Amino acid sequence: MKRALPLYAACAYLFLHLPLAILAIFSVNASRFTVWEGFSLRWYRAMFADHDLLESAGNSLVIAVAATVLATIVGTLAAYALWKKASAWLAGSLYLSLVTPEIVTGVSLLAFFQWIFRSLHLRLGMHTVILAHVSFSIAYVVLVVMARLRNFDVSLEEAALDLGETEFGAFYRVTLPYLAPAIAAAAMLAFTVSIDDYVITSLVAGVDSRTLPMVIYAMARRGVNPVLNAVSTVVVAGLGALILISERLRRA
Amino acid sequence: MNRLRTLFLAPAALLMLTTLIVPLGIVAAYSFLSRGAYGGVETPWTQENYTRLFDPLYGAIFLRSAWISFLATAGCLVLGFPLALFIARSGPRKNLYLALVILPFWTSFLIRLYAWMFLLRDTGLINTALAALGLIHAPLPMLYNQGSVILGLIYGYLPFAVLPLYATLERQDPALVDAAADLGATPLRALLRVTIPLSMPGIWAASILVFVPCVGTYIVSDLLGGSKTVLIGNLVQNQFTSSRDWPFGAAASMILIAAAITMLALMRRSREELL
Repeated sequence: MKRALPLYAACAYLFLHLPLAILAIFSVNASRFTVWEGFSLRWYRAMFADHDLLESAGNSLVIAVAATVLATIVGTLAAYALWKKASAWLAGSLYLSLVTPEIVTGVSLLAFFQWIFRSLHLRLGMHTVILAHVSFSIAYVVLVVMARLRNFDVSLEEAALDLGETEFGAFYRVTLPYLAPAIAAAAMLAFTVSIDDYVITSLVAGVDSRTLPMVIYAMARRGVNPVLNAVSTVVVAGLGALILISERLRRA
Repeated sequence: MNRLRTLFLAPAALLMLTTLIVPLGIVAAYSFLSRGAYGGVETPWTQENYTRLFDPLYGAIFLRSAWISFLATAGCLVLGFPLALFIARSGPRKNLYLALVILPFWTSFLIRLYAWMFLLRDTGLINTALAALGLIHAPLPMLYNQGSVILGLIYGYLPFAVLPLYATLERQDPALVDAAADLGATPLRALLRVTIPLSMPGIWAASILVFVPCVGTYIVSDLLGGSKTVLIGNLVQNQFTSSRDWPFGAAASMILIAAAITMLALMRRSREELL
């Protein structure tokens, strides 16, 4: 068993990581087919020439940045408030947002938007996607920020109050700087879940707000496409780097 | 003191109320309404949507969802336990090994499923390689069936199983296994009689964490299952889009919401509070 366990673990790690590694290798394959014909960057050039891909990637970035900023602010404030005094129903809702299957979140938001838009003459678009993304990212932000607050020494804040700071001043000048690494980590996590989402986005997006995952999904359903191998490699490398930085910051 | 807290709590509370609680409430209300002439919903109030869920046609979808999720959960436990054991017993490199499990979970589920399509399809890498080696003459049908859906679920949710299993195993005193060995137990016997019984809380947590998202999955069965492997998630999506029978889709959603709430209740009982 001493030798079997590491051997098994090696196989498990291959199972987890090999599929993406193979995709990356074939993204620089000159052939359109699953036969190695030599190194080429032609699929990367094709990717940068694809108008649909670029436009949807632009939409995704706008949505993810907007949703990240909003979710990080709202989530950080909520974590601080919950740390001061627990609120069973807000904590319960945040958990519920984490465990509700994405398809249900998506159709419920679709029904909700249709319901209020009937009287407001608004349509689905970037704004509905951003609102949906803020909604499902808040819980991640709260969890990450809360984890750091648990190690925070309350007496630091009390000292600031004794020295004449207001409640807000103590939060802003003492607690917030202490939370900075966790807030940065939380923002990166929110960005990742936002830019990655397909199921909810596809249900609440309008005609002007096709995102990168929606285009990737449509391409994948049509079958395997070497351009998609290149897109996948770029996305996975970008998100992987972001997550590694985020993990570092959480341990800071 | 309390004013600042209220002010800080308000945006999140307002957002959760308007974009989570109210929408789920709308779905719950719609599940008791009738289908409108042009999509949408109409009165009268009815229980008919729930009766229809027990129709054999839809019953088959529920049974299939439950069975596939059960197999995927069992697969995650069997594959995840030895991996968690390896990480828990690997000393100072624990964090690196753990990160290698978590990393794929955060990198685009969609793309990771596409990677499996690339491997499994008729002209994919595995079939091409087997044909080049002369082992097969016609491609093996590995994609668009229940097997590929279960594989995709195991691949996607393995981290959900490894994390709670690791958490339990990491807390166990290694001296217990040493004691079992001193008393003459073989490593296998120590595993079966000491390590696994002590890991039951982690095994339960892992089962719940994997089973519930599997039941609610939509993209795995849509991408890897083809048209033959319709699950509850696909039924919900279909009713809200092409079939435009929102009340029935809402009734099917309620089953998934009930599963999610059950999971929350079970997790609350088995673990300490996170928030």
